[in-house]
Amino acid sequence: MSELAQRKTPLYDEHVRLGAKIVPFAGWLMPVQYTSIVEEHQAVRNNVGIFDISHMGQLIVEGAGAREWLNTMLTNNIDKLDVGTGQYTFLLNERGGIIDDLIVYRVDEQTFLLVVNAARTEEDFGWLERHRSVAAVSAWNIDLTNRSAEFGGVAIQGPRMAELFHALFGKDLDLPPRNEILDLPFDGTTVSVARTGYTGEDGIEVFFRAGDSAKFWNAALEKGKPFGIKPCGLGARDTLRLEMCYPLNGSDLSPERNPIEAGLGFFVDLTKPNFIGREILYRAKENGTRERLVPFRMKEKGPPPRPHYGVFQNGHRIGEVTSGTLSPSLNWGVGMAYVSAGHAKIDCQIDIEIRGQKFPATIEKKPLYKK
Amino acid sequence: MTIVLNDSPPTESHEWIKREGDNVRVGITDHAQSELTDVVYVELPKMDRLANAKQAIAVVESVKAASDIYAPVKGTVVEINKALEADPGLINREPYGQGWIFVLKIDNADDLKQLKDAEGYKKQIG
Repeated sequence: MSELAQRKTPLYDEHVRLGAKIVPFAGWLMPVQYTSIVEEHQAVRNNVGIFDISHMGQLIVEGAGAREWLNTMLTNNIDKLDVGTGQYTFLLNERGGIIDDLIVYRVDEQTFLLVVNAARTEEDFGWLERHRSVAAVSAWNIDLTNRSAEFGGVAIQGPRMAELFHALFGKDLDLPPRNEILDLPFDGTTVSVARTGYTGEDGIEVFFRAGDSAKFWNAALEKGKPFGIKPCGLGARDTLRLEMCYPLNGSDLSPERNPIEAGLGFFVDLTKPNFIGREILYRAKENGTRERLVPFRMKEKGPPPRPHYGVFQNGHRIGEVTSGTLSPSLNWGVGMAYVSAGHAKIDCQIDIEIRGQKFPATIEKKPLYKK
Repeated sequence: MTIVLNDSPPTESHEWIKREGDNVRVGITDHAQSELTDVVYVELPKMDRLANAKQAIAVVESVKAASDIYAPVKGTVVEINKALEADPGLINREPYGQGWIFVLKIDNADDLKQLKDAEGYKKQIG
């Protein structure tokens, strides 16, 4: 990908029309905010918000051997998935490091949809393609396609999402249950609706043909008016996910970090006999890891924590902040940091170094914000 | 009131300054506050500190990022806006009024001549 060529999602013109502040993100020109991060954040916590997630990647894996093969490529157990359901999972490198965190949906008996991070789409595809091409696997007749460019997508999130869903799709249609995906008719076309999200609120993610993007986006904004809908940018997406301690790939997760040290072992099934990175994760679980990702909250009003600030205890450096902000819901500084395992305990007192000065903080339980 | 605006590269800072006798009052422009949005914390300079021109002596933090605020000229901090500690949103609501950040006593009045005037700044952001 050329560094100059920032791609536009099919909703780019809508963002510009709405006066969004546009920033480059993961190779895409994305809205970071329309009016104010705090207002957009509160719309999602109190009413409903809509986000453009068209930049996210869609990979399709299909064929008789797709299930068995994907179970060797991903950490969670695909055998648990019935048709129409999805799960959060990881794609790991040989060192157990995280290439990507993603949701895999079983859309048909032998067909899987992987919804992946924008910045990692090409890399995920390349990694999967390389492993699919090896002789032992090529006999399994597995097709792998990158369909990202064909689809647009939005996330609709907030306590009034269900009302908006019914306004868009009809009173008689049921929402898919949590983690399930459903094809639904919408205004002469078909869209996929998944009950999931990245905000901690009840929500759906809707995927449609790229050419239908503006139609769906504008319909949702129009029908969402009575429910107080706001278009929301990446800024609010980040503060919302951080309050829930959902990790952000590239900040909290990286190829140098494994899911065990990130505190996400729940999405790793070590009873599976074989998947890439399994041995390393098994040892990490048995022996513990050198560091752990922990949420923390500042003890005093003060400057918000930011990525890369040092974490200290009794003057000794014990780690580094990976995500930090002023939580709009709590009106308080919060963040996540990797700290040495011995300090990674709830209620542990730490200091965050901000511009040479240390500010006290406490390691907390997940999530940082609860209604 | 005369607003002289400093946009000296490479900082691309967006302070306004207002001459008040031997002093200058400093804040950030309406354009800058709308770019930052949602100011949530302001780190004020220490009273009586000396500052060189273009030295970062305050920090304005939004939800998204921290931005340095520079001394437009060499001088001494003689006033700081304590109200911002309790209500940093003043910078968003009244960037040219109650949202001022600090006052510097100018070392050398000639230094002011090097700063761009408001017209030049408007051209730059327009």
